[in-house]
Amino acid sequence: MGLVARHAEAAGIPTLCMTSARDITRAVNPPRAAFLDFPLGHTTGKPHEPDLQRRILVEALSSFETMTAPGSVKELPFRWSEDEEWKAKAFAEGDERTPRHDTPQYQDEEDRRRAEEGGSPSCPVCRT
Amino acid sequence: MGPVDYIPRIRDNYARLGYKAYNWVVNPDIAPWAPLPKPLSQCRLGLAASGGIYVTGQVAFHYKDDASLREIPTDVDTKDLRATHFAYDLSDARTDPNVVFPIDALRRLVREGFLGGLASRFHTFMGGIYSSRRVTGDLAPRLTARFLEDGVDAVLLVPV
Repeated sequence: MGLVARHAEAAGIPTLCMTSARDITRAVNPPRAAFLDFPLGHTTGKPHEPDLQRRILVEALSSFETMTAPGSVKELPFRWSEDEEWKAKAFAEGDERTPRHDTPQYQDEEDRRRAEEGGSPSCPVCRT
Repeated sequence: MGPVDYIPRIRDNYARLGYKAYNWVVNPDIAPWAPLPKPLSQCRLGLAASGGIYVTGQVAFHYKDDASLREIPTDVDTKDLRATHFAYDLSDARTDPNVVFPIDALRRLVREGFLGGLASRFHTFMGGIYSSRRVTGDLAPRLTARFLEDGVDAVLLVPV
């Protein structure tokens, strides 16, 4: 996503990258980043905690007004858990990725049926 | 405990699996910079996220080099959002897509006056595009063109 940020910023659009992988983000070096030290798959918060999600975004988005140097990474003041045990198993050995199917992978069969029937009532113009 | 270092962990893991070493993108230059033109409370914000979010009724992402985009109307009902991805644990994103696509918090921040407004659509795709050339030469220009079309003052980018 850092590459997208650099491209948009070069076209004149200010960007902020959220990240939970600080080393990868530092390497790609986007203009502005906010680092949330949470397990991957939770870049903007914990599920069903809207107040926490809001506080995370307020802290992160404030960077647009406070950062002055390209390549800045703000450390957001939130912890996933007291003991941080998740970090020990944050990266399982082996290849846990799903096989690379080349057909659409729906969350459920109802989604497949709706897509194949042609369009969602909530979004008739943007099927893909 | 400090942050997890993913690059050495992934490098070691690939070596153990006998995979070719991944070429991480490293940009040692000074990043481009466009200052925010006005206070956030007057800005229209865009959002792009790579967690594989789509609206039920849309064609879902596939898992083999899929760099296609989905438009998510900003007034979408959150319960119509779905998540699909080959590379991260989807269990939380599927019960609350806000963990990788913060649409409810952004709408709330507009109501509270913290943000001026939102683009009429957000953009999603499935990350894990391993070719940086493909991202720089194809995906990033398509997204930038959409941001310009959307007339946003700033963009929030959310990877997984």
